[in-house]
Amino acid sequence: MSKRSSWALPYFIFLVLFVVMPLVLIVVYSFQDASGHFTFSNITKFFMDKDSLSTFALSIEVAIENTALCILIGYPAAYILADKSLNRSAVTVVLFIMPMWVNALMRTLATAELFNMAGITLGKGTLLFGMCYDYLPFMIYPIYNVLNKMDKSYAEAAEDLGAKPLEVFTKVTLPLSMPGVASGILMVFMPTVSTFAISEFLTNNKIKLFGTIIQENINNSMWNYGAALSLIMLIIIAITTVLQGKDNSEAAAGGAI
Amino acid sequence: MSAKKIFAKAYIWILLIVLYSPIVFIAVCSFTEAKSLGNWTGFSLNLYKSLFTGGMQNSNALLSAVYNTLLIALIASIVATILGTIAAIGIFNLKGRKKQAIQFLNNIPMINPDIITGVSLFLLFVFLHISQGYLTVILAHITFCTPYVVLNVLPKLSQMNPNVYEAALDLGATPFQALRKVMIPALRPGMISGFILSFTMSLDDFAVTFFTRGTIGLDTLSTFIYTDARKGGLTPELRPLMTIIFLIILAVLLFINIRSSKNTQESK
Repeated sequence: MSKRSSWALPYFIFLVLFVVMPLVLIVVYSFQDASGHFTFSNITKFFMDKDSLSTFALSIEVAIENTALCILIGYPAAYILADKSLNRSAVTVVLFIMPMWVNALMRTLATAELFNMAGITLGKGTLLFGMCYDYLPFMIYPIYNVLNKMDKSYAEAAEDLGAKPLEVFTKVTLPLSMPGVASGILMVFMPTVSTFAISEFLTNNKIKLFGTIIQENINNSMWNYGAALSLIMLIIIAITTVLQGKDNSEAAAGGAI
Repeated sequence: MSAKKIFAKAYIWILLIVLYSPIVFIAVCSFTEAKSLGNWTGFSLNLYKSLFTGGMQNSNALLSAVYNTLLIALIASIVATILGTIAAIGIFNLKGRKKQAIQFLNNIPMINPDIITGVSLFLLFVFLHISQGYLTVILAHITFCTPYVVLNVLPKLSQMNPNVYEAALDLGATPFQALRKVMIPALRPGMISGFILSFTMSLDDFAVTFFTRGTIGLDTLSTFIYTDARKGGLTPELRPLMTIIFLIILAVLLFINIRSSKNTQESK
């Protein structure tokens, strides 16, 4: 039995090379100037640069709003899908996930075009709508997964003990489904901060999000500043992950399709 | 039907209509010749014709982008499935700190947004002086796909009776035979769902490919669409292409789900 633990070794080496090393390189490049000398200037540049800071603030704001919107719209949908008395077909669940198989950029361009045709000016409103449209399945699916696996006898017990339907929901179902909401947040919040193409298309380049300025710097060979911006994002990811505490990735990955 | 049920059904259907409207919009617009998306110049099948006969300006570029997308997704998900399954067997047999450490590392690519994965791998390839192209894109895709295979195979290992493998060895099977005839069949459902997840994520990836494809002009469908849209005006043939892709996915998914729901009903 003990010998088979060595089977993890190739993957461990792979992870060190393609996950750990690249992240270390982000840190290294962040503290170097173009000629490879140690410097803090990339970091200070970010905090001195009004444009970067306001882009950053806007990205966080849009991400919070988008995540909230996805929970508000996605939770009831997940709840209905998981409730056997309201929805009995697994096909409906698949219908919610299926748009993800169609190229996201193409869908986003079509959404933007629909806005144009309806005479709606592209801007923050369309950005939020389009983002929510792109990320909603990522919120619905983990919540649905948790609700679906939840032991129904808890809710029934609460009912038997005299709880009103609303109380059953707020005191039993909702707290038990929080791991699903948490992994939904994880799958919506950071990706929203970091998208670049989607925000460009949905606002006709009027609104830049943080991902766009990272991409612009890397593509214009300003790797060090690009790395420093990525580092700032990495720190936020670390904070949100720690705040989340427990590892919820299993709720998200469990029982694919 | 109770009012609650009507309300629930309406909510689901309204959401679905909104979710599908852009896709339906693309499909409708694939039946007209107009250059830009959203114009209607009468019904025509010409876009389908020119997609298949290569009559458009950059047909080679579009078709090779489709080919690259499929090839990269296929190679990356096959490698990820093999690597991830072997890794899962190893991780399952690890204990304590070592197990926690590798599971922590395994979670990183899933938590990281695409752009961080893309930029960090870009820096790695620059640092190691590896010229970017097919190989780097495939390596990058393996990096973000394998964790999902590991997570899908691990539960199957814990559901498996460990004695069965030992019994096979006691009865004279070589470790390889025991792996092939006992382990793999038990792990197969996890491997398949890991493979499907990997394949679809690779197909849909944009950001990681964008940063690791280098400057040799390698395009997948996503980067093709991005470049095309930034130049202004999408290649009209993308519309029939997307419609066909969507119909294929719809058919495959409905087939799988109807079959599997029949299976579960029968087993009950």
